[in-house]
Amino acid sequence: MLAYLIRRLTAVIVMLLVVTLVTFGIFFVFPKMTGADPALYFVGKQSDPAAIEGIRQKMGLDDPVLVQFGKFVVGLVAGREYVNGSDITSCAAPCFGYSFKTEQAVWPVLLDRMPVTFALAAGACLLWLLIGLSTGVVSALKRGTVIDRIAMSTALAGVSLPIYFTGLISLAVFVYALDWINGEYVPFAENPAEWFGGLLLPWITLAFLYAAMYARLTRATMLEVLGEDYIRTARAKGLGERTVIGKHAMRSTMTPILTVLGLDLGALVGGAVLTETTFNLPGMGTAAIKAIGDRDLPIIIGVTLVAALAIVVANLVVDMLYAVIDPRVRLS
Amino acid sequence: MTDLTLTKAAEPPAGRPGTAFLDVRDLKVHFPTDDGLVKSVDGLTFSLEKGKTLGIVGESGSGKSVTSLAVMGLHRVGQYNKRNKVRISGEIWLDGKELVSAPQEDVRRLRGREMSMIFQDPLSALHPYFTVGAQIVEAYRVHHDVTKKVARKRAVEMLDRVGIPQPDKRVDDYPHQFSGGMRQRVMIAMSLVNNPELLIADEPTTALDVTVQAQILDLIRDLQKEFGSAVVVITHDLGVVAELADDILVMYGGRCVERGPAEEVFTRPQHPYTWGLLGSMPRLDRERTDRLMPVKGSPPSLINVPSGCAFHPRCPYADVPKGNVTRTERPELRETGSGGHFSACHMDRAERTRIWSEEIAPKL
Amino acid sequence: MTSPRSKKFRTAAGTAVVLAALLSTAACGGGTESKDDKAGAGFNAATKGVINKSDAKGGTLKFIGTQDADSWDPQRGYYGFMWDFARYYTRQLVSYTPEPGSKSTSLTPDLATGLAEVSDDGKTYKYTLRDGITWEDGSPVTSQDIKYGIERAWAQDVISGGPVYLMNVLDPKGEYKGPYKDKSKDKLGLKAIETPDEKTIVFKLPEPNGDFEQMLAMPAASPVKQDKDTKSKYGLKPFSNGPYKFDSYTPNKSMVLVRNPEWKKDSDPIRAALPDRITVTFTTNADDMDNRLLKGDYDLDINATGLGQAARAKALQDEDYKANLDNPQTGFIRYAVFPQTVKPLDNIECRKAIIYAADPKSLQNARGGPQAGGDIAANMLPPAIKGADPKYDPYNLLDGKPDVAKAKEALKACGKPDGFSTTIAVRNNKPIEIATAESMQNALGKVGIKAQIDQFDGAQTASVIGSPKVVKDKGYGIIIMGWGADFPTGQGFSQPLVDGRFILESGNNNFSELDDKEINGLFDKALKETDPEAAGAIYGEMNKKVSEAAVYLPFTHEKNIIWRSSRLTNVYTADSYNGRYDYASLGVK
Repeated sequence: MLAYLIRRLTAVIVMLLVVTLVTFGIFFVFPKMTGADPALYFVGKQSDPAAIEGIRQKMGLDDPVLVQFGKFVVGLVAGREYVNGSDITSCAAPCFGYSFKTEQAVWPVLLDRMPVTFALAAGACLLWLLIGLSTGVVSALKRGTVIDRIAMSTALAGVSLPIYFTGLISLAVFVYALDWINGEYVPFAENPAEWFGGLLLPWITLAFLYAAMYARLTRATMLEVLGEDYIRTARAKGLGERTVIGKHAMRSTMTPILTVLGLDLGALVGGAVLTETTFNLPGMGTAAIKAIGDRDLPIIIGVTLVAALAIVVANLVVDMLYAVIDPRVRLS
Repeated sequence: MTDLTLTKAAEPPAGRPGTAFLDVRDLKVHFPTDDGLVKSVDGLTFSLEKGKTLGIVGESGSGKSVTSLAVMGLHRVGQYNKRNKVRISGEIWLDGKELVSAPQEDVRRLRGREMSMIFQDPLSALHPYFTVGAQIVEAYRVHHDVTKKVARKRAVEMLDRVGIPQPDKRVDDYPHQFSGGMRQRVMIAMSLVNNPELLIADEPTTALDVTVQAQILDLIRDLQKEFGSAVVVITHDLGVVAELADDILVMYGGRCVERGPAEEVFTRPQHPYTWGLLGSMPRLDRERTDRLMPVKGSPPSLINVPSGCAFHPRCPYADVPKGNVTRTERPELRETGSGGHFSACHMDRAERTRIWSEEIAPKL
Repeated sequence: MTSPRSKKFRTAAGTAVVLAALLSTAACGGGTESKDDKAGAGFNAATKGVINKSDAKGGTLKFIGTQDADSWDPQRGYYGFMWDFARYYTRQLVSYTPEPGSKSTSLTPDLATGLAEVSDDGKTYKYTLRDGITWEDGSPVTSQDIKYGIERAWAQDVISGGPVYLMNVLDPKGEYKGPYKDKSKDKLGLKAIETPDEKTIVFKLPEPNGDFEQMLAMPAASPVKQDKDTKSKYGLKPFSNGPYKFDSYTPNKSMVLVRNPEWKKDSDPIRAALPDRITVTFTTNADDMDNRLLKGDYDLDINATGLGQAARAKALQDEDYKANLDNPQTGFIRYAVFPQTVKPLDNIECRKAIIYAADPKSLQNARGGPQAGGDIAANMLPPAIKGADPKYDPYNLLDGKPDVAKAKEALKACGKPDGFSTTIAVRNNKPIEIATAESMQNALGKVGIKAQIDQFDGAQTASVIGSPKVVKDKGYGIIIMGWGADFPTGQGFSQPLVDGRFILESGNNNFSELDDKEINGLFDKALKETDPEAAGAIYGEMNKKVSEAAVYLPFTHEKNIIWRSSRLTNVYTADSYNGRYDYASLGVK
């Protein structure tokens, strides 16, 4: 078990290094080959040669890419300093880079935004599991009935409707028209009630999309599981349906759901871009979108790395949970 | 016609318990589907005393498993959809209680306690995510108000009884950690944990190695002796029931085509389908003169059951009886003469006896 | 019964279905609109005068916007709204007059006691500082602070991005290397500025420039206290000498300004300083922003780029909403320009053919119509600039109709009676500009000029159409662009566009590569003129020459539809800030 964990963690680190290298390549090597200069992105209206040279100095753009990459990796572990003459900017470990657009180290920016994204992902996840699983189970048990059809058409709608559509509608109805809630994000520490109010619509909107997917997945898996011999065995033992469905069938149904859940959560932690943008949540997704619009490479790289880390870690967690759920899986 | 009268007179009137421990009367199990009504069991009658073993034999799709699930009441659970609901009629009397019309909850209480079941593939029949101990404990505690500790002791005891070595250790193992035969022993231990009076074994050895098959059959026989239960063994293989069963019931197309004491059915089978089954039975005790003689053709559709004798499209003797009777008239189950041996065939008894002794028996 | 058709399951399923149904059927929206009880002051009222005049202090002024400033560092910021907003926390020697409309473009003393004492040769500007001008730590703002602040603009290698007019005017040879590389002890090595004492500052220009004082009104000429200079990070928390100081700022998220208790009202003739707090929220959803403005959650859009199409339609139809709208000129001209290096546009007749063939009304509609788009422009000088004559219309554009006959005549004169083929270059990230390109393509097609549209990466403007070589290689005969002045004079608006000496290898804005001795000379003449009216007359003459060269087809004098909440007091739009409200004057009820 420990050996397995160490091996997996090593793989995670290697994986992240590769992601970093590739991201680096995309942002710094590729543009160079096409003749674009990253330094140009950072200067404003005036492309004064001194300004471009200054940026180049500070970012170390004149170093070979591998040296830049090495400095970046060292910065991640030990922190680093960006020096441009007398203008010295220190970036404490873990230094994910430094945004020359906003003059901020990337990591604090991400740290500031992570709680929002986490809260969004966690709350929505809770909701969608609740709604998705129950709808899926009921739909599976009531297969072919009106209830099943209504639930599944709703789910189809949920899967097909984009977030910005459902999100804008919910804003139009509950915030602009009915004015039930203000719907603006407020940090939890400032006002928990308003924090909840601000996240409610994003939670529901995001959960609606995922609940729809999970309802369909749950239904399909549950139907398959209900046909299994061991369900018949459970019934033959004289177990009540509540135990048969709730314990025996659910346990098996959870396995594929867990896999998908791990990946979904991993991806969401990297930023629920559309939801965050629609509801103006100051999370990682909006940071990413803004950074892309501004060509703020260090932030883009930072978000990419955090997202990659989240997905890789989520995968690892899923694999370990697998071993807990399914005794046939050995971690080796 | 006297045979028929006797048969009818031997049975008690509908709606009242018979004398037998298990009494199944005119059982019909029909499944409505989009293609039509599937008559999986269509008028089946049999009875079984405690301490006795009944072998139900037939090809897949003959209705034998459906019958056993009907007795267990398992067709009725999991029917959350009102459309396409299975239709069950007839009577199933178990120890004086009628099960077809009984409330589901009452039947559930009997399940696993008074009647229990062993399934064909113990790997798929056991839940892969729970230890065998947990599954046995669960089976015990659903019917007994005892602590987990007590139930666990009972589980270890049962594992020991079915011949699992080191049962106190293996109780915490998962099904996949057992070999096929051991797994079936676990299954048996689980089904016997509540001392059921009726044990239904549905193809208990089909998924197992030949060598293990015999051990499992021995185990079932020993346990039956010990617990005195009534046992129903369902199989497509006459060989399995040859030494186990007191009575044999041969099913074809959802109906009984031959029924009688095992000795009778084996030595003087009265139905061409039974002959076919015997012909396709591998024998270990002697050399066959010919190769296996399986029944030609495929099982009948249960939606459009062939008219007349359901077996006539596959029967080599369909043209032996005069006229078109095999195609137009369904043969009644008639006593063949010997005590308690019934058969549903249009051929007269003399003809059947002749064909059996002259054409079939020598080749077996 | 332990059937799963239990209440629990039913409830869960029910909730899911109801919720889902609610969300998916609510598409029609509707419902009752909640509105501010107090009515707005009337459509376009704030472009005509000061509305809700009040000197009541207190309250929180709430800005919202989709775009953060490029930097809040006074020497680095270049976005127009930043210049407007910067007056809350930084002052200059002179600034724009806090009056509505065109009156705002005249200069008034701010840190200085009066406008500059200019020497007769126009090369020396001398100011004396007021008493009572302070930093947020209570220390006085000195002439050295102003010099240091201005010097920072020279350190382009560290604080890039801001305007460089002062650099070009005070140090055209680029001798000074900026305060961070300054070897002198006090870091005040720039020779063109002298600070004989703390209260006096003297600028010595190598060449006269009539607009020099305009440049001193830009935030780039703000003082910076040397020991508070955090260099590249100064924009995160500038050290205030205005009525408000930074309380918190998270880029792209939010900003809060609170009162600067050290600021003294009697030292500042410009800033009303009415609200107690000023908040700015940066949002990612422009539609949401518009709706929240209409709903009254916020007071105004800091970017003032105008309401989006949906909100605009909604607000214009509703009399109550409409009373909160203004429709100011932004000072921008939207236009098409014809590079003379691309054949056959080297021939003036072919250029004239395009101007005559274009459909001004259709182009105006593509820009959004008379209200959201702006008035049809007849020439290349915005009405707010001295010397402008919006009625001067040599190509009859104000008729709003294409002149096919004249276009064909011009084609004949050009030697292309059957028309010719060319390419329209347009930024791919501006849907409205693409619409105008399509309008032109359509109109030109009617006289036989076949124009194909090439959409280029809008983010690469400086290196695509900003490079004369690329323009020539790609054969861009028509380029669609827009332009606004950095300071409201003919020099500020026109010189980068039409002075041949401003043609650059990259980042060029003189796309037509017009290099006319007469025009260049008129600029030189105007720059020597210290009287704005006299300079305006020269720019008017210059503008006529530009029209005669037929290198520009102006579309519109851009207008915006902007929102002001009913809570706002002392509201008026200022030409000096591109038609935005004068932020420093605003208060809240």
